[in-house]
Amino acid sequence: MALDQSFIGRSYPPSPAYEVSREKIREFADAVGERSEIHRDPEAAKAAGYPDVIAPPTFAILVSMKANEVLVMDPELGLDYTRVVHGDQTFAHHRPIQAGDRLVVTTHVDAINSRMGNDIVSVRAEISTEDGEQVTTARSTLVARGTAATEDQA
Amino acid sequence: MIRAADVTAGDQLPPLTLTITRADLVRYAGASLDFNPIHWNERFAQEVGLPGVIAHGMLTMGMAARVVTDWTGDPGAVVEYGVRFGRPVPVPDDAEGARVEVTAKVAKVLDDGTFKIAITAAFEGKSVLGGATARVRLP
Repeated sequence: MALDQSFIGRSYPPSPAYEVSREKIREFADAVGERSEIHRDPEAAKAAGYPDVIAPPTFAILVSMKANEVLVMDPELGLDYTRVVHGDQTFAHHRPIQAGDRLVVTTHVDAINSRMGNDIVSVRAEISTEDGEQVTTARSTLVARGTAATEDQA
Repeated sequence: MIRAADVTAGDQLPPLTLTITRADLVRYAGASLDFNPIHWNERFAQEVGLPGVIAHGMLTMGMAARVVTDWTGDPGAVVEYGVRFGRPVPVPDDAEGARVEVTAKVAKVLDDGTFKIAITAAFEGKSVLGGATARVRLP
């Protein structure tokens, strides 16, 4: 079944704040093999011009994926989340995420398409601090494999 | 640390070979809180039609970023990074894991003085990250 097009342009209320810790940044850097001391040592980060250790370029997925769940799990949209795969992902950083940030995310539905039997939802997660400073824009497409097929065949 | 004055369009960045093992998948699952069983449960992965356990697309993306951050020296230089997830990377249950070859080059100098970097990532000679690009701001 095709997804409800009226969801295009919809946004969800801001997520609860996520507090970025030095330890989580270190853990994430270890997991993706980033070796820079700027992820680990506050003094090294200061020497590079940052107030505290900064997160690797893809760290924002921790908060954006969690925030996107409101959409994926929204029964009104009716996305079959058991068939959802990640189509693409882009991060635009207004500044690096850093330890101590308290991040809130607003999730927006930018587009809904169906292509080759797949429902494709373009989602934008606007990540900012609690004080309203823009930090990262994370864009994802979520692809529900085969869910639009019945419609196409009809 | 590399400086903008030293960079021109067409420059190749030092390539990178990633090795992804099952242990890496477990570590990334914990760090990213992505516990989808297709990344750790062979039985489940096969039930949903995959050849076996596959790497998180986000893990491949995250690891491949190093081709740029190793070059810039400052991971905060990456102001934009995007990929399309192509073929999955199957990760065998052995000590060697899966090998992904990553290359990058300076595609162009943008009007705002940042550099667009074009990145490729291949497993067994086939692309696993499509249209991967980063934009970096250098001192």
